[in-house]
Amino acid sequence: MEPVATPSDFAQDFGYKVAMKILLIEDDREAADYLKKAFSEAGHTTHLAADGETGFALADSGDYDVFVIDRMLPRRDGLSVIAELRERGNETPALILSALGEVDDRVTGLRAGGDDYLTKPYAFSELLARVEVLNRRAGSKEVETLYRVGDLELDRLSHTVRRAGQEIVLQPREFRLLEYLMRHAGQVVTRTMLLENVWDYHFDPQTNVIDVHVSRLRGKIERGFDRPVLHTVRGAGYVLRAE
Amino acid sequence: MAAVPAIMKTTAARLSALYLVLFSLCAVLLVFYMTGLSVRMLTVQTRETITEEAQGLAAAYQRGGLPYLVRMVERRSRQPSANLYLITDPNGRVLAGNVESLAPGVLDEAGWTTRPFAYQRYGEGPGAVADGRHTAMAHVFRLPNRMIVLVGRDLGEPERFRSVVRRALVVAFGMMGLGALLIWYVVGRRALRRIDRVSEASRRIMGGDLSGRLPVSGAGDEFDRLSASLNAMLARIAELNDGLRQVSDSIAHDLKTPLTRLRNRAEAALAGQPDPAEYRAALERTIAESDQLIRTFNAILMISRVEAGHSAEAAEPVDLAAVVADVVELYEPLAEQQGVALVAEAGAVPATVEGNRELIGQALSNIVDNAIKYSAGTPAARVAVGLAQDRTATRITVTDNGPGIPEEDRARATERFVRLEASRSQPGSGLGLSLAKAVMKFHGGRLELAAAEGGGLAVAMVFSSGEGR
Repeated sequence: MEPVATPSDFAQDFGYKVAMKILLIEDDREAADYLKKAFSEAGHTTHLAADGETGFALADSGDYDVFVIDRMLPRRDGLSVIAELRERGNETPALILSALGEVDDRVTGLRAGGDDYLTKPYAFSELLARVEVLNRRAGSKEVETLYRVGDLELDRLSHTVRRAGQEIVLQPREFRLLEYLMRHAGQVVTRTMLLENVWDYHFDPQTNVIDVHVSRLRGKIERGFDRPVLHTVRGAGYVLRAE
Repeated sequence: MAAVPAIMKTTAARLSALYLVLFSLCAVLLVFYMTGLSVRMLTVQTRETITEEAQGLAAAYQRGGLPYLVRMVERRSRQPSANLYLITDPNGRVLAGNVESLAPGVLDEAGWTTRPFAYQRYGEGPGAVADGRHTAMAHVFRLPNRMIVLVGRDLGEPERFRSVVRRALVVAFGMMGLGALLIWYVVGRRALRRIDRVSEASRRIMGGDLSGRLPVSGAGDEFDRLSASLNAMLARIAELNDGLRQVSDSIAHDLKTPLTRLRNRAEAALAGQPDPAEYRAALERTIAESDQLIRTFNAILMISRVEAGHSAEAAEPVDLAAVVADVVELYEPLAEQQGVALVAEAGAVPATVEGNRELIGQALSNIVDNAIKYSAGTPAARVAVGLAQDRTATRITVTDNGPGIPEEDRARATERFVRLEASRSQPGSGLGLSLAKAVMKFHGGRLELAAAEGGGLAVAMVFSSGEGR
């Protein structure tokens, strides 16, 4: 059985330093308190709003790094909150939490202006990883032409990967996998996030298909070099980071 | 006759009544117009006759003077159904004719009487003028010797004609109304009886007999089509209901075990010596197990969503060849690790269906996942994914050379949580093929399980081509 990541693992084991200010709009008091505590253990500050109107007012006036918004809220639903924020030019990344179950809810959510979508029930490690990747202060959302992590380099223009100056030949998919990991270097990415962003499928990979891809990639970028760069985060996913 | 008010409540009867009223209105207008026209023509004819007579009398006066005229009028007056004749002197004294009295004022003016007037012939009882028993129109002229001559014609004939037409109309419309009522009664009652049967059947179904269906007479009319649609709806409801029951049964059965284990583990950890390391290990196992539970739960929800949905909305063209390539590429490293050769069969054709790429990809992943899982360990294990299209269908086939599924178990393999005896030891929620089946149904296709050559299992995702998706 695979070990499990706790919120503090993210902060401690990987020295994750970027503290975020999160606005959580969620009407389930117990869930909200739990999330607040868990985010705080991971080093982030959370403000709570229990309904759509209050949430909108806070979001509109405050300075937040990420919004986590439940889709079904009293007084005003989550999607309309996001849509109006976007209309007013507020581009703070938003993650939608949903218990709804239609096949294309996800598309509706993203169309309303959400940046990511997570269906309940979910594991907290999944939520945390996604929120941290959304964080605009991490500054890694920008698409650059050259990524560098330690002595590992990826050039998006020439499609080449080098480590310590030595070229590494990757399959196209491996290249995209590494590209995604490098763009979010220092951040934990989950298997589901990899499947979404590298393969463009949004489902939970039931078996360890993604792990096998990652370990193949790891073999190529670490074999023959002393230091590991691609780390497994217990129970959550992977992080690319120079030691 | 309690049925009549009930019939009047039917839409058909109300519509028929409305049509009947409108039709009658039109008919009445038409008939009045036509009788009016005929009566006017009759009047014109009458005028012509009178004018001719008057000219004839004037000519007689010129030829033979007053005595000749009087004789002629006397003769003509005696003929049966004669016209009206009257000759008076300027003071109104009657010289000849068959009119005993007239409505006052008729003789005062020469020329045509502008409107019909009442008169009385000789031999009739008094009071006819006052009764207006006879009406006539007449031409009045003066002779050169200032005698006044009236030639007229009774208007009884056009009046009779008019009243005959009116009577005929009343009778015709009365019969029409009666006929319509009769037809409403017969047709409406028939319709009512069928509706009653449908209501009765619905009540029975609402009472809990979900297997009941509405009667279909076989006539293929609107009622049959309605009943057939409702029956299809009932079948769908029953199916969803069964699905729901199956989900709750499955949840009760398959989620209870891990939940109990979870609880026992927590309890066991608490019961032992307080040791942070052990607590931590127990908690980690608990979380990992909850994650697996969440995963299973999500899979169940996913299947329910797909089964409840339909593909009409949000359907887009999906390139099946690309999906096959994606999934093979995704699973290739895993297959290699398991010692299974995963190949996309050559000759994959470009094939596009309308649908949801995500769901098709997930379904195919589940099938490939299963195939790898069950064929791993077979010597020279091989899983082949093929794509073929003919005129009626497009099919993605996943063929393995593993142990396969005995024919009698194949149908059950796609049911939720069913893990056939031979595979109990394998990890997995047992939901993979159920989801694939639900996805194929969502796309209007089907999932086929068959024996592969050499003993393995061949699973085919069959999309019907053309309009049927």
